[in-house]
Parts: sequence; structure tokens; C-alpha cells
Amino acid sequence: MSLFTATELNEKNARTQRWVGRLFGAMTVTLITPVIIVLAMLVVRGSPSISWAFLTEDPINGMTAGGIFPALFGTVCIVIGALIASVPAGVAAAVYLSEYAPDNWFTRVINLAIINLAGVPSIVHALFGVGAFVLFFDFGTSILAASLTLAVMTLPVVIVSTRESLQAVPQSYRDACMSMGATKWQTIWGVVLPNAISGILTGVILEVSRTAGETAPIMFTGAAFFLPFLPQSVYDQTMAMSLHLFVVATQVPNVPHDLPYGVALVLIGMVLVMNSVSIAFRMYLRGRRKW
Amino acid sequence: MSSDTNQNRDVSDALTKDWWIDKAMAVVMWVGGISAIVAIVGIFIFITKEGAGFFGSAFEVEEFLGSPLWRPTSEENPTYGTLALIAGTASVTGFAVLMAVPFSFGAAIYISEFAPPKTKETLKVLVELLAAIPSVVWGFIGLTIMNPLIIEVFEVPVGLNVLNAGIILGLMAAPIMCTIAEDALKAVPDKYREGAEALGATKWQVVFRVILPASKNGLMAAALLGVGRGFGETMAVLMASGHSINMPDSPFDSVRALTATIAAELGETANGSEHYQALFTLGILLFVVTFIINLSADLVVRGIRKK
Repeated sequence: MSLFTATELNEKNARTQRWVGRLFGAMTVTLITPVIIVLAMLVVRGSPSISWAFLTEDPINGMTAGGIFPALFGTVCIVIGALIASVPAGVAAAVYLSEYAPDNWFTRVINLAIINLAGVPSIVHALFGVGAFVLFFDFGTSILAASLTLAVMTLPVVIVSTRESLQAVPQSYRDACMSMGATKWQTIWGVVLPNAISGILTGVILEVSRTAGETAPIMFTGAAFFLPFLPQSVYDQTMAMSLHLFVVATQVPNVPHDLPYGVALVLIGMVLVMNSVSIAFRMYLRGRRKW
Repeated sequence: MSSDTNQNRDVSDALTKDWWIDKAMAVVMWVGGISAIVAIVGIFIFITKEGAGFFGSAFEVEEFLGSPLWRPTSEENPTYGTLALIAGTASVTGFAVLMAVPFSFGAAIYISEFAPPKTKETLKVLVELLAAIPSVVWGFIGLTIMNPLIIEVFEVPVGLNVLNAGIILGLMAAPIMCTIAEDALKAVPDKYREGAEALGATKWQVVFRVILPASKNGLMAAALLGVGRGFGETMAVLMASGHSINMPDSPFDSVRALTATIAAELGETANGSEHYQALFTLGILLFVVTFIINLSADLVVRGIRKK
């Protein structure tokens, strides 16, 4: 004999609740399933063309055969260039916003600029890269111009993730250091940054994955449709994975059916592996945080 | 005695040095801090600089915004009407947002309110990974997987159309909208939930009567950012929309988007030519519109904070 007997209304409510929960669950599944199916199709169709030779050889016969090595190499160069430019600037911006900036209109303008920079369409970044780096600074279509364009584009990613990890460092750490007589910069360099470094790295890895997949910003600033040799300096053009996929999928006639799937699979593999590393890293750190 | 003074001088020298480093680094950090402002102003200045010549020559407001004829390469009479391109972008974006809003908000509600903790973590990671798939891969999916599927299912001659690009764009925008919507739901204080449940409300009553009204600004911002994302997307739309200039009457018409036009034509124009300047003017249009969208999303979110 229970103390509480469910009335008809209780039962009705419980039923509705179960169904509403299921409805939203079903919507979540609908959101995720098609993507999983599509990814599975890419893996199935793309994996036959992937081999060691595919990754390490040059494309031949007008890109209808051979490998993707110059594109892989080019993407790595562009990503490294973008990191060198955007990480110092982005980290400095985050340090300023988190440690120095007073709460006034100027800081609000900076925040607004970050939000808007993150929302500028990638093709507009491409136009900016052409106008500023290719023509005005006269770098030509080069790895340098492409890297700088991508650096501007991914700046908000670095700033936002770094700022979050800096703000997660407890205020008491800073107070303790300052009360020992350290200057503000000594506190930042010796206490705040070391405690936030893992969070910053997570953001950087995320930026790498974002940079590696972008196509539009590098189309006109540094990536070439086809170059049978590797770039010799930062002023050379290069092939890139993302543009290579676009080219073999739409611009080259008589490409064997499986080849673009192979390129897509390598590209998406790169991006998702970087992202998974970033996520795993974040979870591991959350588990062993000192505060 | 003398060594004592020396030591004091060393200490005070070291202190002065630290003081100078401190000041210098504060300036360096400030310079980094304004980098985002420099970038956004720089973008505006440089695209305006390249596109400015167009306003002095072939630009006519009525033709630019009112004519559907985009014929920049015509020899005798090039026309620069963007109406069809705007219609293309709007139809694809509209379709995508209409599709993505219910599912991404539904998923956000499930993740935030219904899912058990373990499922919640897994779903959040999955959604984050989905958001990371590059747009050129989405375009490739539209081209190779959706295209034959649409031809077969709807029995239409061409599968690269508003429907295809809209679905692809919807799938791209959904994870981002879901993440932002989930943040908005999470921002509703727990005491609202507890208060409602203490009055005997069931979970779905709490969701519909308390949490959704309380987070409606955040949800609106999520939808707006989804629109901004669709509006600015380039590669996926270029590859999946069919890329033919058209005023669409049905989801099965091929269209061309503003972004895709720039991507497809910039490589073929001579620097400084009228066509080249016209493409930069399209860039200015895109920049201004996304700026407005992002600004209003920010203002909408700020609205909740004030309350």
C-alpha cells in the first residue's frame, strides 16, 4: 500500500512528459544521423583510393591519377604560417581583455569587433586578402598572403578560447602573486599564463583544424589549382588540400570516380582528428584542474 | 658599507627594470588587444578601396539592386544587376534556416533539459565535431551524394538547386545554432526550473512555459547567427546550388549566390577592371549585411543580460 496513488492527471502528465522527451530525442537523432550516414559513405567510397603512395606522391596525368603530397604539404605550410601570425596577436589580445582592459566603451568596441570579425563571410576575407596582402603589401599570390588572410580570419577563435582559459584562472592566484611584490606582467607571465597554457593549446588546435579546411580565403591569395613541384619560399604559390578537393570534384574532366572521395576523406580525417585531439585534451584537463 | 650601497643599487636597478618591462608589456598587450579592431577596419578599408572605382563608373543603384541581369562579361553592354543573386542567396539561406531551426532547437532542448549527463556529454562532442566539417566537403557531399538522390527521389532533371544547397546549408548551420541555443537555455537560472517544479509543473511544462520564454532572446540570436552563417557561406553553396543565374520559383530551380559569384569570377577578371570592381562591391554588400546581422544578434543577447 503506497502512500501516494497516482491520479489520472498525474498519469497523463507523466505520459506527456515521456512523449515530449522522446520527441526532442528524435529531433536530436534526426540532426545527427544524416551526417553520420554521409560520413560513412565518404569512408566507404574514399578508403579504397587511400594508400601510402596516395599520400606521398605527386598528382599525375592532369590530376586524374597519382597522389596528393604537394597539396598536403601546402596545407601544412599555410597552417603553420597562419599560426605564427595569429597566435601571438590573439593571445596578446586575450591577455589584454582578460587582465588589463577596464570595463568601458573601448573594451566593448573591441568585443564587438571580435564578434563581427568572426561573422565576416570567408569570401570577404578572400577579397581583403587580395586587396591588402596580394596587392597593397605586394606579397603576390603566395603562401605568405594566404597565411596572413587565414590568420586574420581565425583571430577571433584564438582570442575567444584564450580569454576563456585566462578567466578560468582563479583571482586568488593573481592576488597571491601580486602581494609577494611581483609586477602585473610578472604575475601574468609567471602565474596566469602557465596555469592557462593547456586551455590556450586547446584553442590553437581548434584553429589548426579550422584553417586546414578553409577554401575560399586561399583561392585567390596563395593556393594554386595545380603545381607539380613544392614551394621553395613563402613567396611561392602552393597547392592545398581544400582547394584540391574543389578542383578534382568540379574543374577537372575525367577524374576517376573514387579519387575525389579519397581527397575528401583525407581532408575530413585531418580536420576531425585535430578536433578530437582538442576535445580529448580539454576533457583530460578538466579532470585534473587544480582549482 | 660600500658593498651594502651597491647591493641596494642592484636591487633598485632590478626593480626599475621590472617596472619598465611591466609598462612595456602593458603596451604590447594593448597593441594585441586592438588587433581585432584593426582587422575589421582594415577589411572594410581594403575592400572599399578596391571596389570604390565601380561607384564612379558603371554603378547605378536601380540596376545594381533592382535588375536580375548579372552580365559582367557582355561585350557591348555589361550589366551588373544583383537581384537574382540576392534572391539566390535569400532562397537558399531561408530554406536552410527554416529546416535547421526546429531540429537544432529541439536538439538543444533535449541536450539541455532531458538528456542524462553521459548522453549529454556525448551529444555535445558529436555536435561540436559536426560543426567542424569544412565547407568544401559539404559542397562535395551536395555534388556527389545529394545530387543523384534528389534527381531520383523527386524525378527532376537537375539535382543541384535551392533544395540541395538549402539542405546542405541547413546541416552546416544546425550544429552551430544548436550550440548557441543550448548556451542560451543553460543561461536560464536553475531557480526558475526549481520554482516551477516546486509548484508542481511537469518537465515539459517547465520547458514550454518557463525556459523557452526566458531564453527567447538567446534563441533569436542563435537563429540570426544561423542566417549570417548561411548568408556568408561560399564553397558549399557554389558547389550545390547549380550556379546558374535565375529568379527561383520552386525549390528545384538552380540559383546562384552572391558569395559564389565572387568565388567563381574573381579568378578570371583583370585587376582594376570594371568587373573586378563590381565583385568587390558585392563584397562590400556582403560585409555590410553580415555586419548588421551580427550586430543585431549581439544587441538581442545584450537585451537579456540587462534584464
